[in-house]
Amino acid sequence: MFQFWGSRTYSGAEGMENPGYCSGSFDGLHHPSDDDDDEMVDIAGATLDFSSTDDVPPLSSGGFEDYSTTTGSSSSSSRAAGMNGTGPSNLVDPLEDPLPGVGTYEDFNTIDWVREKSKDRDRHREITNKSRQSTVALLHSISDAFSGWLLMLLVGLMAGALAGGIDIAAHWLNDMKGGVCLIGFWFNHEHCCWTSNETTFQERDRCPQWQSWAELITGTSEGAFAYVVNYLMYIFWALLFAFLAVTLVRAFAPYACGSGIPEIKTILSGFIIRGYLGKWTLIIKTITLVLAVSSGLSLGKEGPLVHVACCCANILCHLFTKYRKNEAKRREVLSAAAAVGVSVAFGAPIGGVLFSLEEVSYYFPLKTLWRSFFAALVAAFTLRSINPFGNSRLVLFYVEFHAPWHLVELAPFILLGIFGGLWGALFIKANIAWCRKRKSTILGHYPVIEVLVVAALTAIIAYPNSYTRMSGAELISELFNDCSLLDSSQLCGYKQPTNTSETGAGNSLADRPAGEGLYTALWQLALALVFKMMITVITFGMKVPSGLFIPSMAVGAIAGRLLGVGMEQLAYYHHDWFIFKGWCSPGADCITPGLYAMVGAAACLGGVTRMTVSLVVIMFELTGGLEYIVPLMAATMTSKWVADAFGREGIYEAHIRLNGYPFLEAKEEFEYSSLAVDVMRPRRADPALAVLTQEGMTVGEVETLVESTHYSGFPVVVSQESQRLVGFVLRRDLLISIDNARKRQEGVVSASQVVFTEHAPTQPDDAPPPLRLRGIMDLSPFTVTDHTPMDITVDIFRKLGLRQCLVTHNGRLLGIITKKDILKHMAQIANRDPESILFN
Amino acid sequence: WDPGQTVHLLFMYVCVMLHRTHNQMKTYLLQNSEDIRCKCICPPYRDIEGQIYKQNVSLKDCNCLHVVEPMPVDGKDVEAYCLRCECKYEERSSGTIKVTIIMYLSILGLLLLYMVYLTLLEPMLKRRLFGHSQLIQSDDDVGDQQPFANAHNVLSRSHSRPNMLNKVEHAQQRWRRQVQEQRKSVFDRHVVLS
Repeated sequence: MFQFWGSRTYSGAEGMENPGYCSGSFDGLHHPSDDDDDEMVDIAGATLDFSSTDDVPPLSSGGFEDYSTTTGSSSSSSRAAGMNGTGPSNLVDPLEDPLPGVGTYEDFNTIDWVREKSKDRDRHREITNKSRQSTVALLHSISDAFSGWLLMLLVGLMAGALAGGIDIAAHWLNDMKGGVCLIGFWFNHEHCCWTSNETTFQERDRCPQWQSWAELITGTSEGAFAYVVNYLMYIFWALLFAFLAVTLVRAFAPYACGSGIPEIKTILSGFIIRGYLGKWTLIIKTITLVLAVSSGLSLGKEGPLVHVACCCANILCHLFTKYRKNEAKRREVLSAAAAVGVSVAFGAPIGGVLFSLEEVSYYFPLKTLWRSFFAALVAAFTLRSINPFGNSRLVLFYVEFHAPWHLVELAPFILLGIFGGLWGALFIKANIAWCRKRKSTILGHYPVIEVLVVAALTAIIAYPNSYTRMSGAELISELFNDCSLLDSSQLCGYKQPTNTSETGAGNSLADRPAGEGLYTALWQLALALVFKMMITVITFGMKVPSGLFIPSMAVGAIAGRLLGVGMEQLAYYHHDWFIFKGWCSPGADCITPGLYAMVGAAACLGGVTRMTVSLVVIMFELTGGLEYIVPLMAATMTSKWVADAFGREGIYEAHIRLNGYPFLEAKEEFEYSSLAVDVMRPRRADPALAVLTQEGMTVGEVETLVESTHYSGFPVVVSQESQRLVGFVLRRDLLISIDNARKRQEGVVSASQVVFTEHAPTQPDDAPPPLRLRGIMDLSPFTVTDHTPMDITVDIFRKLGLRQCLVTHNGRLLGIITKKDILKHMAQIANRDPESILFN
Repeated sequence: WDPGQTVHLLFMYVCVMLHRTHNQMKTYLLQNSEDIRCKCICPPYRDIEGQIYKQNVSLKDCNCLHVVEPMPVDGKDVEAYCLRCECKYEERSSGTIKVTIIMYLSILGLLLLYMVYLTLLEPMLKRRLFGHSQLIQSDDDVGDQQPFANAHNVLSRSHSRPNMLNKVEHAQQRWRRQVQEQRKSVFDRHVVLS
């Protein structure tokens, strides 16, 4: 089967081989080794299962159940036979009744964007052609064109409703750690005291309807004993919620853990993880997200909401043939769903669209932009009509202030940017190191205990400090808030000027000296900052749904608020200094600590995720003030520069790399002078490329070749001698077709010829009928010549979304480059272990 | 037969139904007068402490003059006092909150029950049904999925259960195999999501 042609053709390219590289395997199309056994079983099982309506995992493999429901298994044999007899023009058309399973992908494989897109174009062309013939077909074509928007509407409605439910439930469960409402257990603390007139100016959330656990158990809310009871109950609930979350994830949907954004990024770039966006993942992620957030762990719900929205989109895709059957089209919908996720998480529809464009999407045409926009709008509207917080806002930490800022203040804003960048780089390094430890050492074997220990640690340390005891979103909301006369919180504990009642009518206040309360708040905040910074590193990546936005924003907001108060006091005591002169006269309200908190939050989030444009837009949608764009821009840009100096990848890319997903980063540039021939397989010392010939091979020979190798696809050549390229066949398609033909087609035995040509060759009358497989062959595989520079090849892979590309020399087939080869090559250049790229 | 068109029809139907229920909900929710409030926060003024006032008034009456009762200051100071107060009209839907929380708790409860059933009760039932010896034997087999599948076959044959149940059972087995596979790759081998 193998022909050793390599030494001959390589003679022209000698010296191009990278000398330092020595890889033990030549698995250009290799599967992860421990999946090899399952693979055959999987395919055999799939072919056997065609006739039963089964629970096909979402994402990919849509072909199976559709076939069984629409046509039934009885007609498939006639169909296969018909395929053999029809003319060559029909065989070329991929739409002409393909076999079930052909054109689908295996788990942990990469899709071929080019093939999927051309499939969709063909389908679309056929519908347009048919629509001229009858009214029914015309209606069908209209409904087909309309279905994309309808799907967006449904995704927006569903994701918005789910987000509203999550908000309400998380808020309630979070308050449950403190006490319970007597007039209806379903009310959270604020809604419990909704109409109560017993609330006072100093203790705004105190009312007799809401009973803390100490009041219920001991009958008193004062004293050390009550404090201890409350403390213990807090720890108990935190542990219970964390335990429930991790066991549910473990028992029903292991894919529901983590933030989900790295995986969604990879899926959007063409990877397939079956079941990752399925209904069980959706249910479990929604339920456990609430538990995880309310357990007091240092995590947020914003990232997982993106995953939830993508699950909704993927499930709803099953209602529409157009999206069910085409992986590329489905990814367009998922891109829009990512926008919906951020839109409901921050109440920022435009920020969501930009987030999808900047951060997660791989292929983002204008059509998707408009659809994302529409879906984000619908979702935000749905969430608004649910009104989860009872304040007509979409997020808890919505702020509204319009205090002006002065140009001099750009300096502290940039300082905050530097802090955000340093924290981002440090966090990524520490978190990745910790996750690597979890992946490789014994720590990873005890996920439940790990979550419990971290939850207990968080609860024990967090309770005594009121700023860590409250949830992340509440903390941010408090820090963003600007102090006015209306506030009685500790953070606004300024010394009251004696003649306050006479000055002005508004509630805004001039700069004041810090009082006792504020100093207490400041050191509590400083402790909270240290605690949050440390605990977030070990929390992110645990086996519960965990987002990163809220914790990193909280860190930034604390730092910003501290700096803001510092600046304010500096200006108050030294308003005659040169820098404050002229704009910060005594009695003027010149520095807003809340704004500093906001800028700090943006800077830290930017440092961790390396978002810029979308982050600024999200922040200004949160604040509703356009005048803060420049401070936010300055801070995020500085933060990105500083963080990029320490390492160019954001937290999501770092996690993608840690897991070895096949993700070709579009932001990185390939700047090395290697050629296609250096990267392609087979290498010089390796056995020759396994190829099929367009005629002359028997079914038995093909099966032996397929089974003796692990490649996902095989080039088809004219003959072993000439090695002229005809096309490319995928392993899965080949196996399914042969298996199907053996079962359902008369006279196909091991000795039958496999023919890829248009016309069957003449053969003796007594020979078994040939098996014609031109229909499954890709007649237009991408080829480059062996001297194509790699930067161009990488560009082709990125822009077209190729899965593999064939390399020719003087028109003869020389080798193959896959996405994995490129990733390995890049890893090797960057001095990383090329074997860390795990999947195809 | 085209699933797309059916979906469209279904969607229209659902829209109509939703509209109807929405109207019913609206009338139901509006009866609940506790769901609106006007909350006024008045900061300290001279020697008067800061106060919070809440009243059940409509949006147009939501101002200091209507809500702050009793007025702590005399007639000439009312204006100065009220200028400092901030009044906010807020709406909520206690029905939605109640439904959401109860729905959340019931789903959580169902999931927990199912989890307990799968991990504790089912193995126990199996043990009781098929005796001790067979269980030991099956434990030595490849995994515990295959023997369970056999056990289900035996069960279904002996009681000649309807076909539907078999299908459900088959789907359940398939799902459990998938979850097990996912668990292996996430928790044991740490290939994805680590």
